This record gives sequence, C-alpha cells and structure tokens, in this order.
Amino acid sequence: MQIIETGNVAAALGVKLARAQVIAAYPITPQTPLTEKLSEFIESGEMQAEYIPVESEHSALAICIAAASAGARSFTATSSNGLLYMHEQIQWAAGARLPLVMCVANRGVGAPWTIWNDHQDSISQRDTGWIQIYANDHQQIIDSVLKAFCLAEEIMIPVMVCYDGYILSHTHMPFDVPDSEIADAFLPPYRPPYALDPADPANLNTVTMPDGRPDVRGDISPGYMEIRHLLQHDMVEAIPALKRVEERFRSMFGRGHDPYVEPYRCDDADYIAVSLGSLSYQLHDVADALRAEGVRAGVLSVHLYRPFPDRIIAEALNRCSGVIVFEKALSYGYQGPLCSDIKSALYRYAQGKPFVTNYILGLGGREITTQDLYEALKVSCSPDGGAGEETRWIGLKIPAGGTQT
Amino acid sequence: MPAGDYRKKISLSESGPGDAGKTGSWRIVRPVIDPDVCIPGRRNAPACYICWLYCPDGVISRSVPPGIDYQYCKGCGICAEECPTKAITMVEESSFIKE
Ligand code: SF4
Ligand code: SF4
Repeated sequence: MQIIETGNVAAALGVKLARAQVIAAYPITPQTPLTEKLSEFIESGEMQAEYIPVESEHSALAICIAAASAGARSFTATSSNGLLYMHEQIQWAAGARLPLVMCVANRGVGAPWTIWNDHQDSISQRDTGWIQIYANDHQQIIDSVLKAFCLAEEIMIPVMVCYDGYILSHTHMPFDVPDSEIADAFLPPYRPPYALDPADPANLNTVTMPDGRPDVRGDISPGYMEIRHLLQHDMVEAIPALKRVEERFRSMFGRGHDPYVEPYRCDDADYIAVSLGSLSYQLHDVADALRAEGVRAGVLSVHLYRPFPDRIIAEALNRCSGVIVFEKALSYGYQGPLCSDIKSALYRYAQGKPFVTNYILGLGGREITTQDLYEALKVSCSPDGGAGEETRWIGLKIPAGGTQT
Repeated sequence: MPAGDYRKKISLSESGPGDAGKTGSWRIVRPVIDPDVCIPGRRNAPACYICWLYCPDGVISRSVPPGIDYQYCKGCGICAEECPTKAITMVEESSFIKE
C-alpha cells in the first residue's frame, strides 16, 4: 500500500511489520515521533508488544539486551547524545551476540548542543561490533528495518539502521508499506538459538580469563579473544549474508537494490562523489549538472558501512581517476572516517589509484546547498583535484582564525 | 543458528561446581564448619542452610552437618559472613600445609 508519511513513521511501520515483541526507548529529538508512533500502535492494540518506558537510553538498551537474552525480538531507537549514553550497552549487545535492531535518526553530538542533522553520532559507534546500514529515503528505511531483523537473527549480530534526522525523519514522502502477510513469510517469528530459562539457569557473558576456562562439564569454554575473534569473523560473513537477505526480499516483495552501494552514473565516470545517506541523492543533481558540461561525474552511495564491503567499494571506484568523499562526520585530528576507509580499500584493491579527497559539510545541520556541492565537485573533478589540504570544509561562515565572510 | 554453535560465540556459565575449573586452588583461607555450633549439626536434623543458599559456587551440601567440597571452594568467605550462628571460621590455608 502506497502512503505518504514521515521517515520516522516509515521506521515505526517497519518495526510493526517485524512484530517486535519488546520495545524500550527514551525520547530524543529527532527520533521521538518514531517511539511515539510505536507506543500508539501498542496502546491501540494494532501491535502486540511490551512497550517499556525508561528513564534513560542506557536503560533502554539494557532492557532490550535482557529481553533478547530471554528470546524476545527487541527494538530500540535513539539519536545523538542518547546513542552516546548507550555506548557501554552497545558494545555489550554486540559481544553478547544479541540480534537487536536499533534505528538512529542521525543528529550531531554536543557540545555545543545541536538538535540538527549530521552523522557524528552513529559514525562514532563504528567500532562497537554492530552492523550499520544507512538509508537514503523512506522506502529504504521501512525495508531496511525488516531486512535488519532478518540479518541480525541469521548471524546473531545487532544492526543499526541509520537515517538523516529531519531531512528524512520529519519530511513526508511516498513509500510502499509491505503487505503484512508477505512480511510474516519473510520474517517468521524469532526462534532464539538460546534463551534464558528459569528451569535451566545460566549466567550469560560471565567474566572470562585471558585463556579459556573449563566449564561444568570439563570442556574448555572460549576465552575473551576467541569470542571477539568470532565476532570479527561473523561480521565479515555478514557481507554475503546481507546479499542473501536482499535476494530473498527482492523475490518476495518485487523490489530491492544493491545491499552495499548505490551507484549513479558511475559506469564511465572519471570522478565519483561518495557519501552516506540522503546527501547522495542531492549529489545526483550535481553529477547531472557536471555531465551537462562534459565532465564525466558519478555518485556512489554507501549503504553498508559496517562491516565495510571494501572489495565491492574498491571495484566500484578503481576505474575512475578521482574519488571525492562528502562527509557529515569527522575523526578529529585526521579526516572523515569514510574517507579513511575508502583509501584503505583502494590501497588494497586498486594499487593506490585513484586520488581521494575529502569534504566535510553539514555539521550540526549547516545548510548544504546544491550550488556549494556543485562548486566543490567541479573543483575536484580535474586531474589534480586531489591536491591540497587533507579536509576541505564546505559552508563555513567564519574560517579558522579569520573573520566573518 | 544451532544452539551449540551459538554457545561457542558467547561466554555462558551454568550453575554447579567446577565452572571455572578446580577453583579450590584459588583458596588462601578455608571455611571450617563447627558441627557443635551449626544448627543442623546441633539438632541432628536438616535446617537453616543459609550457607548453602549463599555459596556462589554451589559447593556446600545440604547434609547433617553441611559439608564443603574443598576441590572447588574458592575461599571467598561469604558462607562465614552469612552464617547466623557464626559456626563457620575462615582458617589460613597455610595452617593446613604445616600439618
Ligand atoms: S568460602 Fe565461598 S566458596 Fe567456599 S564454601 Fe564458603 S561461600 Fe562457598
Ligand atoms: S549457615 Fe551456619 S548454621 Fe546454617 S547450616 Fe550453614 S553452617 Fe550451619
């Protein structure tokens, strides 16, 4: 059924279709309407789930961890400092191998306070052992939530579905709501490989020694390093697993996309702009404008950020002469994290060719005009477009050490 | 995912002695129960068993009087702390070595 609704409602409808059994979330802008919608669904009886109100994001994720440990399909959502407040439990959920799904309506982080969009919140959780998927529009949000549960439960690793705060969370767009019967067939009830049972008590995620230890049966149980090595191994395995999920989704719902990257006019491109999230679609217009001037420009949107599909990304980029990475996040003191990751992929798979350059933009909701993007990309679409400073900033009103322009 | 595969990916411990191997080797003080003070010992009947309830390693038996499996008792002293009659004394392990 086609409807016109906000990105937050698209996410809520995805969670409802997934028949999540436990939802614990703390409201934070711009995620709030998502959790409000879910509590309305439960209040009205449209959705059978426990909604557990909490006093903080840390508690929200702790409850989801407990619920998933008892075998319930569990969901939470947050943004910005709320996500940062979960940080300890985020790491825990991954190490405990629980198939949680969390939506992140992306927002900048304090200090200073900002409620507007950038990607610093979820990017700063890159190394926690969660899968991260970035959606570019409302259709991708609702579909990704369903696929996320499917993937998480297949490989027992939690998944974050990230989408731009306000730009997607609060804007209305048309999208298709999957048929609930097909959704049920796509995502059957969760059958946990292990669930807490009072009749057979166990202690989960107990202290480990540097070496494995004998268990009650005298078998050697895995130590910390084995458990963490398996997380890394299975994260890499999530790359082909996501493709299987995507193929099943496409066969059942008749739509879908490349689960890793979304190329636009990349086939013969000399220069490719790369980004995460909704910014990619704005860059399509810029590529079109440059093409009209005879510059062969393309756009590559990255959907799967962790695990990082490095070979796939390098293959999408290695025939062009320049890669221009537009980022709403920064590893302070170095460069944009996506830029570093792309350089690393190209180093391994493309012998250091093409050049890679990095633009930082839109932090804390600073407006990104298509004209600014056009000017930046035009400068970089030249053989020496990679020369110069490591990160260039778009949209700054006061340059460092300078006066207002 | 089969349960057996999943259990190898996480740290999980079940109740019962010996979950971390022969934890008795960790002990530097040994709980010793005085059967003349202990309630089941005095009454010659099952009673109390607060020590059994609190022992984190499940190594105290509900017998008359209660017994302690020193292969696994790690010497934490919780039983001695909780015993309502102070029937359990924590004795230096070195004193047993000298014997
Ligand atoms: S000292 Fe600790 S481990 Fe040993 S019997 Fe007492 S409570 Fe159990
Ligand atoms: S708690 Fe003390 S009194 Fe009670 S059974 Fe144990 S040793 Fe005896």
